[in-house]
Amino acid sequence: MDFQYFLELFFGGLTRGSIYALIALGYTLVYGIIELINFAHGEVYMIGAFTALIVAGLLGFTGFPAAGILVVAALAAVIWCAAYGYTLEKVAYKPLRGAPRLSPLISAIGMSIFLQNYVLLSQTSDFVPFPRLLPEFDFLEYIGYIMGPSDFLILVTSTCTMVALTCFIRYTKMGKAMRATAQNRKMAMLLGIDADRIISLTFIVGSALAAIGGVLIASHMGQVNFNIGFLAGMKAFTAAVLGGIGSLPGAMLGGMVLGLCESFTTGYISGNYEDVLAFGILIVILIFRPDGILGKAKVQKV
Amino acid sequence: MLELKHVDTYYGNIQALRDVSLTVNDGEIVTLIGANGAGKSTTLMTICGINKARNGEIFWDGQPIHTLPPNTIVRLGISQVPEGRLIFPDLSVQENLDLGAFLRNDQAGIKQDVDYAFSLFPILAERRKQLGGTLSGGEQQMLAICRALMARPKLLLLDEPSLGLAPIIIRQIFDIIRKVNADGMTVFLVEQNANQALRIAHRGYVMETGSISMADQASVLLASPQIRAAYLGG
Repeated sequence: MDFQYFLELFFGGLTRGSIYALIALGYTLVYGIIELINFAHGEVYMIGAFTALIVAGLLGFTGFPAAGILVVAALAAVIWCAAYGYTLEKVAYKPLRGAPRLSPLISAIGMSIFLQNYVLLSQTSDFVPFPRLLPEFDFLEYIGYIMGPSDFLILVTSTCTMVALTCFIRYTKMGKAMRATAQNRKMAMLLGIDADRIISLTFIVGSALAAIGGVLIASHMGQVNFNIGFLAGMKAFTAAVLGGIGSLPGAMLGGMVLGLCESFTTGYISGNYEDVLAFGILIVILIFRPDGILGKAKVQKV
Repeated sequence: MLELKHVDTYYGNIQALRDVSLTVNDGEIVTLIGANGAGKSTTLMTICGINKARNGEIFWDGQPIHTLPPNTIVRLGISQVPEGRLIFPDLSVQENLDLGAFLRNDQAGIKQDVDYAFSLFPILAERRKQLGGTLSGGEQQMLAICRALMARPKLLLLDEPSLGLAPIIIRQIFDIIRKVNADGMTVFLVEQNANQALRIAHRGYVMETGSISMADQASVLLASPQIRAAYLGG
């Protein structure tokens, strides 16, 4: 077992994990505010990848530099997905506010199926190649190519995104209002906070994060498909539960832990057991520690 | 001036308020006393727009507010300290206060009001960075009052501020209520602790099973044999 191989697996795991973390943050943000598992969240991520693909394809004809195209495509995906997230909440969840908890959950699954099939019909069922837009980072040579340019880009972008999100939640007025609404919506309303706006904002932020994840993974894998959102969504959900659903640091940690576990299993045991491991973790966590690593045990009121 | 006219509020099919009419004039302390479950908290939540009145009207300075959303009502100058304080447990004392000023943008004024809050209850200044959930019940009540004051309301609604607190803390809190009223704030105080409430109030209403059963000067209610028997332990 040489150290180089270990490092490759380690950074591969972090890369994978940071994508899970970006998506998991969307689950956890929404759960924190309205206690709903937004099962359509993985689809938003998939739509982000497709949006970037389409925009990049169009810009490809203009002769823009590749890195510029990637940035514009990513921005377009973020804006488009934010609009999707906003609309999704208004159409599928807001009318069910106050309904029994199972109803919005079923609505979420319905939205997920709808969005997958909508992309299937409007695009294609085949895997579509995603253009190579990544710049070469020469300095990676000096660290012995333990990670490729896309791994490097994913790590840097997702880290910056997560730092920005943390600052937004912790220091801005809207961030504080989001935390307040998550802790006690009625009290937040009594202070003049418009809960509907905060809920919309949560969906917008979560969807924008998923879009970033989608663009990154598309340029990493080099291809997209209408159902990439399903598995990624389930894995990210696992990451969110693992870290403690409702907790932002938990989602980040859960994503990283899951990514590393998968990477090491693939590298040292077999690639066939990657999904088994992820969902095995989900089952074990749900049985033995449903509050996750960083989650707080909730006292059920009777 | 706050005016409720023939207000009915329901939870689903259950009627919680029946034909409630009451007035709170500018500069007054008015108290609403009654047993547990009489509809006192519902009255406050209806004023704040959290529960909507099904029938009747609510006027604030002549303007109908029963159709407005809660954030607009806060903007018009009505703040509530709800039952159970509802401090945000995972936010610091400072952040709890900041959120009280959510609708304001005058940073200098907000800072001034934070200092004023700390001058009312110096213990909060020491606890500034602590999470709300780690405070004692009395400190949480102080924080809840200060958080409501951060909005610079014209009318302060208080729901059972004395509940579960030690007598010495209750005295401190009632002193502050009297002080903010003397400084010009109108106060509408809901209490089960009728004795304390009637002592600082100008006028009082008595609520029974969702309706107003008596209304008079606080001193008259305090002396009334009926009230003494029902709420003041004989």
